[in-house]
Amino acid sequence: MDILDLAFMQRALLAALLVGVTAPAIGTYLVQRRQALMGDGLGHVALTGVGLGFLLNESPVWMATAVCIAGAVVMELIRWYGRTRGDIALAMLFYGGMAGGVMLMNLSDSGSSANLSSYLFGSIATVSEEDLVAICILAAFVILTTVGLRRQLFAICQDEEFARVTGLPVRMLNLLVAVTAAVTVTVAMRVVGLLLVSALMVIPVAASQQIARSFKATFALAVGIGVTVTVSGTATSYYADVPSGATIVLFAIGLFVVLTALATPLAKRRAGRTAAAEECTLEAPGERTAADDVRV
Amino acid sequence: MEQPVIALRGGVASLGGRPVLRGVDLAVRPGEVVALLGANGSGKSTAVRSIVGQVPLTGGELELFGTPQRRFRDWARVGYVPQRTTAAGGVPATVREVVSSGRLARTRFGMMRRADKEAVIRALELVGMADRLGDPVDALSGGQHQRVLIARALAGEPELLIMDEPMAGVDLASQEVLAEALRAQVARGATVLLVLHELGPLEPLIDRAVVLRDGCVVHDGPPPEAVGQHALPGHDHVHPHAGPAAEPIRTGLLT
Repeated sequence: MDILDLAFMQRALLAALLVGVTAPAIGTYLVQRRQALMGDGLGHVALTGVGLGFLLNESPVWMATAVCIAGAVVMELIRWYGRTRGDIALAMLFYGGMAGGVMLMNLSDSGSSANLSSYLFGSIATVSEEDLVAICILAAFVILTTVGLRRQLFAICQDEEFARVTGLPVRMLNLLVAVTAAVTVTVAMRVVGLLLVSALMVIPVAASQQIARSFKATFALAVGIGVTVTVSGTATSYYADVPSGATIVLFAIGLFVVLTALATPLAKRRAGRTAAAEECTLEAPGERTAADDVRV
Repeated sequence: MEQPVIALRGGVASLGGRPVLRGVDLAVRPGEVVALLGANGSGKSTAVRSIVGQVPLTGGELELFGTPQRRFRDWARVGYVPQRTTAAGGVPATVREVVSSGRLARTRFGMMRRADKEAVIRALELVGMADRLGDPVDALSGGQHQRVLIARALAGEPELLIMDEPMAGVDLASQEVLAEALRAQVARGATVLLVLHELGPLEPLIDRAVVLRDGCVVHDGPPPEAVGQHALPGHDHVHPHAGPAAEPIRTGLLT
């Protein structure tokens, strides 16, 4: 296959694979604790980092990582302390991050609007060797965290109050989830772009939920779906000469629709199996048992 | 005298600027089963939540197993059944997965070894839910769901069991199962503090009842006799003060 002989496509496919694993992995926890759009906000914040990278002639990926982690920490602090006005503060953070990024890009010599849009919407074919090293290191961190600490993270995302009474360091783990999400944003930035990052954290999980019944299965299937759409989307973008980010996200949505359509008959079959086991019969009056618990 | 498992002296706490606990004294000794009773808003849930560190005390002293609660780290000794879990669970989870998280405090770095897996099954057997291991929790009824939350607390084999209204929204059959599970805990020497609305099938297990009213202890001793309509034979336990009681109990795991 000629696509694998091209160095830039090798890099692109490896980056796509890593995004396909990491974004749904952290996304499962975010969806579980109903913060599905956290990735979107962090994507906005990361843009300031990209702008800073251009302005200071540093690697945009590493600068975005630093700024995004700082943004995630601030978000967690807002969640702890600013419950009442939390959403206003978050809005300031997100849109400030976006505006700051655009401004900084314009101030720098090397930043152009073409560059800006490659970060906003992804430009997988321009992933450099240096970018790829950064993506590999960051992805390793995300995978280690989401798999290695899965029980702890499951506990805090499922029931924070209970987790705290179990003695888990809930604040530390919450912070870790936020930081991991921030890191994932920068992993995915080159592939799907900052504006579409959140899609890869949420849609594979939503698709997986249509058929999975356990957390473990949801997690595994979401990662499988993530890898499928990122790799196939990247290959398609090469052959059809279309933008990678948009292709990947549209593929993910397509898979979601297919799985949703499949889920309905599946659920019916499951329900049918249970119903067949026990037939309902109407009893004669006065045959209520104590187990019915009808108290009059 | 034996050191109390829970020692709360002059506990003061407020929620949203309103005082909810106004100097509560509560001591629970090893092996005791203590019921915390009182009307809605009397502060019984807040008392329990301050004991497990969910509501900060603004005054008074609190010790768990003889250690000031602030410095208490040995949470594996405590099993907690919250009244309802915080809104979470956007992803399906099975009964086994939820109950396993109650075993975390007993594991090292969250590794579930064979003994841990067995403890999870045992806890589910205690509440009669072992056959539902692989079912998603959102497919359960309110009573079954409550049993799972109790199994989660039992999975860690705690010395002290703290339960906030474990019987709310639970039908009589499930209440009997839970009473049996609780009896087994007491038999193995566990200490129990539970918030209750009515004693129900648990009554024979209760050693002592503490009644709160407006954030103050008004009774501390043997379980009080039912008063008013509750004392009538055939009292139907339909509680008008439960408000929109027809609504199923929301534990958060169901959503």
